[in-house]
Amino acid sequence: MPDLSINFAGIKSPNPFWLASAPPTNSGYQVMKAFDAGWGGAVWKTLGVPVVNVSSRYGSVNYRDKRMMGFNNIELISDRPLADNLREIEEVKKRFPNHAVIASLMVQSRQEWHDIVRDVTNAGSDGIELNFGCPHGMCERGMGSAVGQEPEVLQTIVEWVMEVARIPVIVKLTPNISDITEPALAARRGGANAISLINTIQSIVGVDLDLFAPYPIVDGKGSNGGYCGPAVKPIALNMVKNCAQHPDVRLPISGIGGIETWRDAVEHILLGASSVQVCTAAMHYGFGIIREMTSGLEQYMAEKGFRTIDDMVGRALPNVKHWEDLNLQYKVTASINPEKCIGCQLCYTACEDGAHQAIRLQPGTRTPAIIDENCVGCNLCSLVCPVEQCITMERRDDGTRHQTWKERTAADDIPITFNDERAGGRHHWVPEPAAALGKEREKTLPGKARLYKEVAVKQKITE
Amino acid sequence: MAEYATPTTEQEFAGNFAQLKPLMSNSEAMLESSRCLFCFDAPCIKACPSGIDIPLFIRQINSGNATGAARTIYEANYFGNACGKVCPTEVLCEGSCVYTATGAKPIEIGRLQSHATRKVMDQGKHLFQPGAATGFRVAVIGAGPAGISCACELRKLGHEVEVFEARSRPSGLTLYGVAPYKITNEETLAEMAYLEAQLGFRVHYNHPISSRPELEKLESEYAAIFLGIGLGHTSALGLPGEERDNCVGAVEFIEQLRIGQQHTAVGRRVIVLGGGNTAMDAASESARLGAERVVLAYRRGKEEMGAYAFEYDLAKSVGVQGLFNVAPLEITGNGKVEGVKFVRTATRNGQVHPVPGSEFVEPCDMVIKATGQAKQTRFLNFIPELQLDSRGRIVFNPATYQTTNPRYFAAGDAANGGAEVVNAAADGKAAAHGIHGFLTKN
Ligand SMILES: Cc1cc2nc3c(=O)[nH]c(=O)nc-3n(C[C@H](O)[C@H](O)[C@H](O)COP(=O)(O)OP(=O)(O)OC[C@H]3O[C@@H](n4cnc5c(N)ncnc54)[C@H](O)[C@@H]3O)c2cc1C
Ligand SMILES: Cc1cc2nc3c(=O)[nH]c(=O)nc-3n(C[C@H](O)[C@H](O)[C@H](O)COP(=O)(O)O)c2cc1C
Ligand code: SF4
Ligand code: SF4
Ligand code: SF4
Repeated sequence: MPDLSINFAGIKSPNPFWLASAPPTNSGYQVMKAFDAGWGGAVWKTLGVPVVNVSSRYGSVNYRDKRMMGFNNIELISDRPLADNLREIEEVKKRFPNHAVIASLMVQSRQEWHDIVRDVTNAGSDGIELNFGCPHGMCERGMGSAVGQEPEVLQTIVEWVMEVARIPVIVKLTPNISDITEPALAARRGGANAISLINTIQSIVGVDLDLFAPYPIVDGKGSNGGYCGPAVKPIALNMVKNCAQHPDVRLPISGIGGIETWRDAVEHILLGASSVQVCTAAMHYGFGIIREMTSGLEQYMAEKGFRTIDDMVGRALPNVKHWEDLNLQYKVTASINPEKCIGCQLCYTACEDGAHQAIRLQPGTRTPAIIDENCVGCNLCSLVCPVEQCITMERRDDGTRHQTWKERTAADDIPITFNDERAGGRHHWVPEPAAALGKEREKTLPGKARLYKEVAVKQKITE
Repeated sequence: MAEYATPTTEQEFAGNFAQLKPLMSNSEAMLESSRCLFCFDAPCIKACPSGIDIPLFIRQINSGNATGAARTIYEANYFGNACGKVCPTEVLCEGSCVYTATGAKPIEIGRLQSHATRKVMDQGKHLFQPGAATGFRVAVIGAGPAGISCACELRKLGHEVEVFEARSRPSGLTLYGVAPYKITNEETLAEMAYLEAQLGFRVHYNHPISSRPELEKLESEYAAIFLGIGLGHTSALGLPGEERDNCVGAVEFIEQLRIGQQHTAVGRRVIVLGGGNTAMDAASESARLGAERVVLAYRRGKEEMGAYAFEYDLAKSVGVQGLFNVAPLEITGNGKVEGVKFVRTATRNGQVHPVPGSEFVEPCDMVIKATGQAKQTRFLNFIPELQLDSRGRIVFNPATYQTTNPRYFAAGDAANGGAEVVNAAADGKAAAHGIHGFLTKN
């Protein structure tokens, strides 16, 4: 039986799943309910200077019938009194001594930081998270991402905090920056014990076509908000990887961004996260999703033979390379399994219009065929095919040769002129431009376009 | 025990004849349209006799453009709303949807189609307008799917159109023939009103054209005449006793049902003769009207029935019993129908042979003959030079729908011998282009 428990920079929790600092951790009631449901930890909704929120706070990106594929908000930090929050933290810790309660904080002056760090420590928090990420509302007041985007300011504040901190300190990073390792390094220089990322991404999730205003709309107007949910996972994964691979960051990472299932969590972990945080998924489906997450993680670990979370942290990192280190001799081409094909011909039109004209239609069947010589192995067809494992990418090189761009550069064997013989697409076949004309008409004409043939109509019987 | 109690109120009738393809809610349409793959050169389009660009309209629904979806549908088929409800989609578009090959349910194309068209109808959004007037006048005989579709397209092409209809309401068998659980009278008529409001053809109701002088008048006043007259009454069986009370034709029975609704009388024990779709409909309808026992009698085996399998399944699901390999010999009774005398049959080399000595009487108090509709031969003979084929269908040029009398064009059941609403709608529309070519001499 794998052991899901973690010790994250000194913060212990029964499993790596924490609720991120956000509405699900707004109150002791919610955090207790979450722990009861099986969550391992919770980063309390950010405490700090008093705020006022607007009404109409969230917007969503839907994809077809799927709701909240992306999610954004223009909410601020906790608007509840500090004293209430502190009392509830204490109460939760009493009832759940082995679960992780981390206080997220955001204030301004050195004195305020000192005071609030002491307050939450006295309340029994297991750790502190510094919210340097909020991309709206707080940055205008010189907090949140305004700090996170200035490595030097960030470092100074971390130093203030470390002056009094007796529990582990995590710095939460904003992704609204071009190189995420810069604030990560500043956090390290300031003496932080860990980092967490990502906070939300500055965004406009949509525009109302009738009101001409961005969502969410507050009395006819809107503002940029913070983007999160499944759509941001790829951005988060890349940033987690960048911090994990950087030789000087060397801090435990709490992975955040688009985690909804055990798979998402494992991906974050394989790229270097040693705890994960979840917000949108809990806001969408409630705390019950934790059962799927823990059981999936457990199952995966058992199948792979991982005994602890640490066994798997960063396991994918050695395989994340710079492009120039990839093997240029590796070659795959697409292969269609006609037994599985349902004949939608999406692969055909995708390759024909969006890739390399390497798929053709065949007379007498709706199953298309790959033209091996033209296939560059881009994967597109296999990605659009709606049938599981119907188009597979098969290896065509014999696996004996290995050559990277870096090696070719070193060997002085890279294309340099515009018409260089060694350029990749140089000898790749493409159809003549004019061969495209009239192609659309080879499709069945729908009724509207159906040409009512201009045939001669008899005027007289004898004609 | 009957599956259904005899309906006595409008609500009970609506309950017994609940719509097989009810209107989709916005949420359901969003869910269903999300599944469509937007296939290349989609097989569903090819399977639609009117060639509606199905993936396009489904995508339009999905992107919140129901009006655009309705336009896509109506541009191909003026009976877009009705077809979504009455088409045998199982053997047309939905039957060819690529999802069927995955074992998953095909996209509910018909219901999506009715969803989008119903929206524009309810909102009164006009999509079309008549073309610039050409000065030509065309007469259309018959306001069924073929006639109305032809009239709509002719109006779009700028010709003036007058429609002559024997009955008091438009849409032909869509209103008087199709089973009430497929479409309601209100829905059918709403679409007709919607089309008429946009395209402005004139319909003369209760105005049968039934004599040579009437035709001559049309010939002198109109540049071309379109025949959308459909088929006629149920053909006689030529059996002794056929004239007894409560021995009725299916088409007549169903027409009565569509008009009379819950006031339609049905027997307690009904025998339906026939194995086609009309027989299945009549049997289902009898059961839903509260008949205690409905027997479907067919000369050959179950597999040989002309009806679609799903139509037989539907009839069975409401309690209809099949009686196969029997041929009716006589309608028995004393004034009123009391039974049908059958002889068992055997099929050898495709030929049905009676089995001597196997006669028996199946008691009943109503017989519905669903043995095909007669052609309107008598009327058609009034038209000079008009040729009919050996089966009574009007001979026409498949590219122009022109008949052997150049001023007459024809489509729909009268020309194809009896098919579906969608065929009549598609061909009636195409015929308008033949007429247009004739009028504009190209
Ligand atoms: C019982 C039954 C059930 C059916 N169910 C379905 C179904 O579920 N789905 C489906 O798609 N199809 C169904 N059909 C078939 C479909 O109804 C027909 O294919 C379609 O209606 C044919 O259209 P049409 O315009 O050619 O003829 P019709 O619909 O028959 O219309 C002809 C019109 O012309 C009028 N007319 C005839 N002669 C004259 C005259 N001399 N002067 C003036 N007016 C005249 C008639 O009154 C009628 O209104 C069914 C048919 C029947 C009989
Ligand atoms: C409504 C809302 C409020 C949030 N408030 C805070 C906050 O107060 N402090 C904080 O550090 N992060 C806050 N976040 C960011 C989340 O903690 C988290 O970093 C982000 O949502 C990405 O994770 P996810 O993709 O699982 O949602 C908030 C997010 C949302 C949606
Ligand atoms: S892998 Fe790319 S190039 Fe090859 S067939 Fe598929 S889409 Fe075309
Ligand atoms: S995308 Fe897949 S299912 Fe569709 S035609 Fe291509 S191989 Fe067949
Ligand atoms: S075949 Fe099915 S999935 Fe493909 S376009 Fe048509 S309805 Fe959509």
